[in-house]
Amino acid sequence: MAKLSYREAVAAAMAQEMRRDDRVIFLGEDVAKAGGVFKATVGLYDEFGPLRVRDTPISEQAILGAAMGAAMTGLRPIAEIMFSDFFAVCWDTVVNEIAKARYMTNGQVETPLVIRSGNGGGARFGAQHSQSIENWAMAVPGLKVVAPSNAADVKGLLAASIRDPDPVLFFEQKSMYGTKCEVPDGEYVIPLGVANVAVEGTDVTIVALAAMVPKAIKAAEILKAEHGLSCEVIDLRCLVPLDTQSIIKSVIKTGRLVTVEENPRLCGWGAEIASIAAEELFWNLDAPITRITTPHIPLASVDVLEDLMIPSVDRIVKTVSEMD
Amino acid sequence: MATAKKPPEKYPLDNSERLDLYRKMAQCRVLQQRAYDLFMQNLVKGTTHLGQGQEAIAAAFGQAMKEDDYTFCTYRGHNHNHMRGVTMTEVLGELMGRDIGLLRGKGGSMHLTKVENGAMGSYAIIGAHLPIAAGAAWSAQYRGTEQVAVCFFGDGTTNIGTFHEALNFAKIWNLPVVYVCENNAYMEYTPIGDVTAVPNPAADRASAYGLEPILVDGNDADVMYQTAMTAIEKARNGGGPTLIEALTYRHHGHSRADPAKYRPEEEVKEWMKRDPVVNYRAKLLTIAGIKEADLKSIDDDVEAMVNEATEAAKNSPPPPDEIAFTDVWADGGAQWRN
Ligand SMILES: Cc1ncc(C[n+]2csc(CCOP(=O)(O)OP(=O)(O)O)c2C)c(N)n1
Ligand SMILES: [Mg+2]
Repeated sequence: MAKLSYREAVAAAMAQEMRRDDRVIFLGEDVAKAGGVFKATVGLYDEFGPLRVRDTPISEQAILGAAMGAAMTGLRPIAEIMFSDFFAVCWDTVVNEIAKARYMTNGQVETPLVIRSGNGGGARFGAQHSQSIENWAMAVPGLKVVAPSNAADVKGLLAASIRDPDPVLFFEQKSMYGTKCEVPDGEYVIPLGVANVAVEGTDVTIVALAAMVPKAIKAAEILKAEHGLSCEVIDLRCLVPLDTQSIIKSVIKTGRLVTVEENPRLCGWGAEIASIAAEELFWNLDAPITRITTPHIPLASVDVLEDLMIPSVDRIVKTVSEMD
Repeated sequence: MATAKKPPEKYPLDNSERLDLYRKMAQCRVLQQRAYDLFMQNLVKGTTHLGQGQEAIAAAFGQAMKEDDYTFCTYRGHNHNHMRGVTMTEVLGELMGRDIGLLRGKGGSMHLTKVENGAMGSYAIIGAHLPIAAGAAWSAQYRGTEQVAVCFFGDGTTNIGTFHEALNFAKIWNLPVVYVCENNAYMEYTPIGDVTAVPNPAADRASAYGLEPILVDGNDADVMYQTAMTAIEKARNGGGPTLIEALTYRHHGHSRADPAKYRPEEEVKEWMKRDPVVNYRAKLLTIAGIKEADLKSIDDDVEAMVNEATEAAKNSPPPPDEIAFTDVWADGGAQWRN
């Protein structure tokens, strides 16, 4: 074990996979010589050279199109879209081309690729560089969606995403690049679609993703200390495949379900989980399902307003403590 | 109309190769004509975008490409797929939504694809496939295979961003890709000149990407063959990308039963005189050693082929319900949760 930052874990996972598989290549804006605007890919250019680690022009459609063309002809590309907000300029390539190709061609076209992207708020970058868009991705048939909450998961889940035969959107939380934790040495792979029970508890199930996970864990500590409530925190890790069974198992035990989402309210991923719970766990529920989300508003830049919008530890504590 | 330049005849064809080129064009012509007839008989579901009038481009590239080269094309891609070995039965079956269709009805007229033949897809979002073709070329370059990607698209496609992104990308990475703009003078219903800043939508933009402007007569099969060979050989030998603008014309409307009334009668008449299939046939008859009987036998073969394919497609049932739920994921299924 070594203590790695979230950003170091990105480079560690990529290096691990690039060492074991020549088919893995990497492209994006400022990712090679500069090591990425978030410095998450430092060292890869030096180790793997200019044929495998490539700087591109500011051409998001070309970046993702090239990744797809390479994937369908036998390679395993990783593409970086600097900020997830920029998916809006290349969403056609993701949705109409990469995600649909296998189905439309009756299984012929393979698109084993990973698109990494800095996602989410907290960096005071304003509305065009701060959005959480994991719910856009979840709405598209044919995409796997991963969003790790700590450096160890970054390493294990990114390795699994690179090995996965399906296209994966891998959302890195911008505000967490500097956070550190113990990360297993050597080859480390966490299967996609397996949620992590970050905190065990018996009274309330709190389902969270990415940056919302440490907040939910912190809230669970406060709820225990100040309200005597035992919360179970489930870190989803992936939205697709969705580990519904872990949620079901937990809610059968606790009878209460809260989701904590950074994406804006409407059609956020928590709505899908709430609907599954309403259909399949209705008789197990002791209280209404509760969603804690960013309101349906573009994010403001200034800290006081951004902090008001993105779910906070206080908001989680208040909401959960006031549940029936 | 701008004048197209004739390339030098660096790659001479012998008579049997010329007959083969004619056969390819004739196949495309009857296949497309049959697709039209079947549509008019209400046997084709959805839509079709046909390529009558544009056969010389598809056939010449079909002749010039190697087996493991990659073809990327648009919804108007039946000819291009057929030239990469997709059978008439597979095309007509797909158009008619039958189980025998190339994609068992899951793709339809606009998405013909046969990966094992290098037919890497027909794309119906304008311009989307230009970067994808660059990616396949990048992959070939990285793997050191000498494969070339050829990417076909229309004049209208030169006005979308991906055209520009892909050309810049292909040039800076010196990719083995050939971009072929089939300028048929119209986007859907609007003349291309009404919506484009330059007279030659592709050729006039070439220099912006460090490429040579190439404008050729897309209805002359020999010219197209020389042009194709030159570009493909250049790409194969590490010379990088080429952008070709081939002047041509749709004999029919944009899609379905579009009568194309927006086109001036005189213009249509002029272009009908430049029918690539009719003219190549006539040209071959002037060449020593090629006889009417040779051509007639090709015409008969091709007619028999399309009749057989039509029967096979008509006799095939629609696909079974269960394939609606296959092949979303690599494991063959459609599960998104446990
Ligand atoms: C992004 C996008 N915009 C619009 C359309 C609708 N559309 C389909 S075909 C077409 C015309 C394309 O013209 P051109 O590139 O000249 O090809 P042609 O049909 O003439 O072969 C349009 C506008 C589309 N499919 N995709
Ligand atoms: Mg056109």
